[in-house]
Amino acid sequence: MDFGPYLFVASLEGAITAAVLALTAVGLSIVFGIMRVVNVAHGEFYMLGAVLAWWITSMIAGHPALGFWVAIVAAPLLVGALAVLCDRFILNKVNYDPERTIVATIGLLYVIQQTTLMTFGPEARPVQAPFNERIALPWFEYGESGFQMIWPWGLSTTTYKLFVIVAAIVILLALWFVMTRTRIGLIMRATQLDQEMAQAHGIPVNKVYALVFGLGAALAALGAVLVVPIQQAYYLMGSDPLLLSFIVVIIGGLGSVLGTVVAAVLIGMSDGIISVFFTPTLAKILATLLVAFVLVFKPNGLFGKSRE
Amino acid sequence: MAVGRAQRGVIEDSFLRASLLDFAWLSASTAGRNQTLMTDKIITSSNISRRTALKTLGAGAGALALAGTMPGMIGCANASDEPIKIGFQVHRTGIGAAYGRWYDRTTEAVVKRINSEGGINGRPIEIIAEDDGTDPKRGAEVVEKFANKHNCDIAFGTLFSHVVYGSAPRAGELAIPYFVVSEGHHVASGKLNRYTLQPGITDVKSQVEAMAPFIAENLGKKVTMIFPDFAFGHDHRDYFSAAFEAQGGQILEKIAIPPTETSFSKYFPKIPRDTEVIYHVMVGPAVLTFVKELGEFFGPSRPEIFGFIDSLEAVDLASPGLEFLEGTYFWEGNPRYAQAEQSEFDKVYREAVGVDENGASVSDAKDVSTYAHMFGCWETLYVVKAGMEAANYQGPKDRQKLIEAVEAMTDMPHSFEHPQGAKVFNGKTHQTFGHQYISKVTEGKLMLAHTTSIEDTLYEDEVDYTKMSF
Repeated sequence: MDFGPYLFVASLEGAITAAVLALTAVGLSIVFGIMRVVNVAHGEFYMLGAVLAWWITSMIAGHPALGFWVAIVAAPLLVGALAVLCDRFILNKVNYDPERTIVATIGLLYVIQQTTLMTFGPEARPVQAPFNERIALPWFEYGESGFQMIWPWGLSTTTYKLFVIVAAIVILLALWFVMTRTRIGLIMRATQLDQEMAQAHGIPVNKVYALVFGLGAALAALGAVLVVPIQQAYYLMGSDPLLLSFIVVIIGGLGSVLGTVVAAVLIGMSDGIISVFFTPTLAKILATLLVAFVLVFKPNGLFGKSRE
Repeated sequence: MAVGRAQRGVIEDSFLRASLLDFAWLSASTAGRNQTLMTDKIITSSNISRRTALKTLGAGAGALALAGTMPGMIGCANASDEPIKIGFQVHRTGIGAAYGRWYDRTTEAVVKRINSEGGINGRPIEIIAEDDGTDPKRGAEVVEKFANKHNCDIAFGTLFSHVVYGSAPRAGELAIPYFVVSEGHHVASGKLNRYTLQPGITDVKSQVEAMAPFIAENLGKKVTMIFPDFAFGHDHRDYFSAAFEAQGGQILEKIAIPPTETSFSKYFPKIPRDTEVIYHVMVGPAVLTFVKELGEFFGPSRPEIFGFIDSLEAVDLASPGLEFLEGTYFWEGNPRYAQAEQSEFDKVYREAVGVDENGASVSDAKDVSTYAHMFGCWETLYVVKAGMEAANYQGPKDRQKLIEAVEAMTDMPHSFEHPQGAKVFNGKTHQTFGHQYISKVTEGKLMLAHTTSIEDTLYEDEVDYTKMSF
């Protein structure tokens, strides 16, 4: 394939990775930012979103789009509700102590993963996209007969892939609106700034924590529901997004939502482009190397505020 | 106090950041596998004791062999009503899970049949199944459990070639016959040992050498190969490209994809524009995504496509997004759809395993079988039966006699024991050779278009295991 169309296809693939990654990583980031909890089970909430999407779509007969639209609402809500329960009965009980929450969420990771294996099974299962038209993309080239439009082989995308990118942007904008323009957002930010002071002002910190943990998990699940018609639901699908989310959150700055989104775009796009031109392994190596450099030269991340 | 809190904040932050990285690495190192650091530790420590234990066992076994006597305890275990214990290494989880499910069902069916026919030497077969997680390290441990814990007579059933590579040396050390159903060229290549045999399924080298002339004559001379990046895929890469170039063809590009990959569009732009034929073979949980994205990439202007059915094993051909496959060709180890000229042997075999005429489970039409491979379990156990009967197998002390009896086999006619077709076993290379099938997707079904002869699949011996000592 020629360089131009090649780069274009690579960027499109990268944009999809970035869109889903942004949703997942922002979920991890707000949980850490507000609760100071490192949620190692985040990838499993992502996986649960995809598995529930499969379950819901296979329960609902009729047009495949119907099941999908139900799933995109219901699956994040169910996963969020499960996360709230986990917060109430696990994280709350260990007083959000950083070390113990890490161990607790590792336990949660294996409980969720193995329960899924025992019930859903070890197979990858497909979810049908609500719509999926192939769009061939033209390319402009200066040829023998002057400037002309050509249709290169393989230069294409699908309507659903474009929808994933748009949907992720809309969801992130909505999240930004909630965090900065609403009362609940104000309460969350107050809790983030100073938990004790917030409590002194009558903010029910425990409820805020439960809500935030649920929201973080729901965002991961939402990302998974969006991506599952492109990939498939599989009980081990949570490990890659977990790794990438950690990378993104560290590069973007711990607890910084804007930094997380910027880093997600950076990592997602570079992953797509490097994978296409070189190998996916090299993309992962470079991303991890970038984390090392960020930690050495800018320990608070690109957008993180120093706490000193 | 404010200073104190700020300092605490710093400490807490650096701790959390360090933990974050730790877990990033942790999940990187275990990505795609179902393991914890804790089990790693346990395994490491048991490695040491295992080695010591092995030494002792080895010394003991050597002494026994020298003395030429067996202690009464083992003799007692060989009483004629005792079942023959077959350790079944099965991919219940991990990337081979779909194959594992059907290998399991096929094995269950053939054991039921053999036992109802009177078992082996009058003794029933007992299957002891262990999940290996489609993981080479776990595979070796499973073989060890068969030999030492369960006292199995033989080990059997492994499919994925990297698991065979991981387990076969262990089987050799423990002197337990290891009957694999794997397709890899590893057995016939001479890289394994005298205890490892593949009598029930043909190997990749013979398959692809038989495919090369068909592709060169009917589809095109310029091929781009897409294959999984591990031993099995490398067999395809090496042997197909050699065989195809011998036919005057040309391999334009070789695209390797990790078998744990879940998204494939980013690999396809590497396909050169002058490609006439796409040769694809893929495994892993995401094969359906692979083929779907291949279709989306090409749209209406696809080149010729020749695939190994591995790319769609356990996947319904009627899945949305696969319509573009109409008119393309597939290698099949055994035709998934019952053909017009279906043999009575296939009919009985299909029914015994519980597969309908479309290759799906009779109880669930969405549960599609791995029909092109799983016959290997059926045929292998019949070979084991024949071998044990020829060697008058009584117990583990007769393991070498069993291997020699199997090595002595040659012709295996098309029969209830060999429902996939006639085979010729090569005792020197421990590998069987048989017919290969090429099917064309016609109205959404795989219809048999060409059957190769056994001669098409033969190649020169690369090893003589019979000359190796036990």
